[in-house]
Amino acid sequence: MTALLEAKDITRSFGGLKALAGCSLNVERGSITGLIGPNGSGKTTLFNVMTGYVKAESGTVSFEGRDITNARPNAVFALGIGRTFQLTRIFSRISVVENMLVATQRDESWLRGLTRSKSSKSELDAAMEWLDFVGLSRLAHLQAGSLSYGQRKLLELAYVLVANPDVILLDEPAGGVNLTLINEIGDKIRTLNSQGKTFLIVEHNMEFVMNLCDSVTVMHQGKNLVSGKPEEVRSNPLVLDAYLGGGETEDESLEELHNG
Amino acid sequence: MNLKQLPWWGAAFAVFALFPLVETNSFWTTIAIYSLIYMACATSWNMFSGYSGYVSLGTAIFYGCGAYTMALVSLHTNMPGGAEQFLLVPLGGLVAMVVAVPLGAVALRVRRHTFVVITIAFFFVFQLAAINANFTGGPAGLSLALIPWQGNQFNTPFYYVALAILVFAIVLSALVRRSRFGLQLLAIRDDEDRALGLGVKVKAVKLTGYVMSAFVVGMTGALYAMFLGQIYPQFAFDPVFDVTVALMAFLGGFGTLLGPLVGGLLLETSQQYLTSYYSNGSLYLILFGALFLIVVLFMPQGIVVKVKEMWMKRGLKDGENVSAASPLTVAGSAKS
Repeated sequence: MTALLEAKDITRSFGGLKALAGCSLNVERGSITGLIGPNGSGKTTLFNVMTGYVKAESGTVSFEGRDITNARPNAVFALGIGRTFQLTRIFSRISVVENMLVATQRDESWLRGLTRSKSSKSELDAAMEWLDFVGLSRLAHLQAGSLSYGQRKLLELAYVLVANPDVILLDEPAGGVNLTLINEIGDKIRTLNSQGKTFLIVEHNMEFVMNLCDSVTVMHQGKNLVSGKPEEVRSNPLVLDAYLGGGETEDESLEELHNG
Repeated sequence: MNLKQLPWWGAAFAVFALFPLVETNSFWTTIAIYSLIYMACATSWNMFSGYSGYVSLGTAIFYGCGAYTMALVSLHTNMPGGAEQFLLVPLGGLVAMVVAVPLGAVALRVRRHTFVVITIAFFFVFQLAAINANFTGGPAGLSLALIPWQGNQFNTPFYYVALAILVFAIVLSALVRRSRFGLQLLAIRDDEDRALGLGVKVKAVKLTGYVMSAFVVGMTGALYAMFLGQIYPQFAFDPVFDVTVALMAFLGGFGTLLGPLVGGLLLETSQQYLTSYYSNGSLYLILFGALFLIVVLFMPQGIVVKVKEMWMKRGLKDGENVSAASPLTVAGSAKS
């Protein structure tokens, strides 16, 4: 398998803090890759660098062999890389279906947007189809701000999907969501993956990651520590060390790591 | 605006179109002309600031540019006072758009609150320039060729041109709201970075909206200069205009189509009335200040949305059949 999306030796600091210190990551085509690590290990920053929201100081990001380092977020999206945010971000004062329509065209010139209506029949159909997929179609005409937290998570997933990206980066899809919905989201990801979509997932819920992912990369202090199959990663002493912080204190996530 | 509302819009248009036939007193038709001008400006301001959330307090720049375009071009071409000058009205709009391009390119580099401050700064640059430049006539201003129309007949052509500009502004604003471009402006208002990450070219979209909104304001500025027959820097570039236009949109309903019209009609007629009847010219400023506070504190969404909510609530009390999707939260409620 070839790497569809690749980050190589990325560095990025915020003031005196080295958020990324030479971090590399490969996302294979057709895989579900998990990205885990203790809080503050740089997972979200890496996401932000890969999607153009934060500029890398050094290192490269490439997609299908093409250098996309520090491309603007709209250009990254146009190439076929969609993402969600840790703190869910939807357009709260327009309707649910309008949220979907914002994303239906990956790369349309802004001039075209002036002369066309906000949706074509096919776009509206696609929007409703994906809303149906995540189970929100009956709420299509509600103002998006009135959705619950879990529904917002689903909406965010749906509007990333409607543009038909090749790879989808999910930042904590199971964060703050009840167990039923976690399973539901996991099922959706599996379904989409079987249809050929590639996923990169940041998640703290170990059970979720270990059950879902083909490959897991562990980050620690701004670097990639270990990559491999979930079961290999789980038993790697380096990983236990990273989560334990030297093996002195018990940590909830370690327990999860063992049990999951 | 949807098709169901079209008869209402048509009826409102008929009332406005017939007004000068019924009311021929030039005192009232003058107030009406200013009201139409402000309604058009508030609608156009709202088309960018209301939809995108980027509140501009430099709208008078475009008004002044339109006004000076009318004055300077008609004087330099020795245009006789009369209907011919109306041809310069669209030119005033175009000049305002050209001016808006570099201003927008600079001001829109920053986010919301800073944008407000920059538009204010730009405004004062233009006002000072108009006072101090030679070609603007300086503080003494410029006088246009006299228009030889008599009595009541003087106001009527201005009224209908103003009405035409207003209709144009409303149609443009409604079309923008229905377009992909308008949806992108709304997305920018709600979360600009998220919109960017979904392929919206936010810079181009914001600048386009800003420049488009300058057109109508420039046209009204040109009409204003022609109507007044003379132009001074402090009237063409008036800070009260900046605030008034924004207040009209906020009062009526920020981001709605109907809001700026309601706000413009209420505020401008009351301002003109107060100024005429209580010769204290700044009384309305104190009242506007108080009104602004009331709007912000008690109905931040504006009259239109507030009334709609109250209407819906009344419906609920009467035990009408309300679907699971409560109309209060239906996105359409903030649209018209």
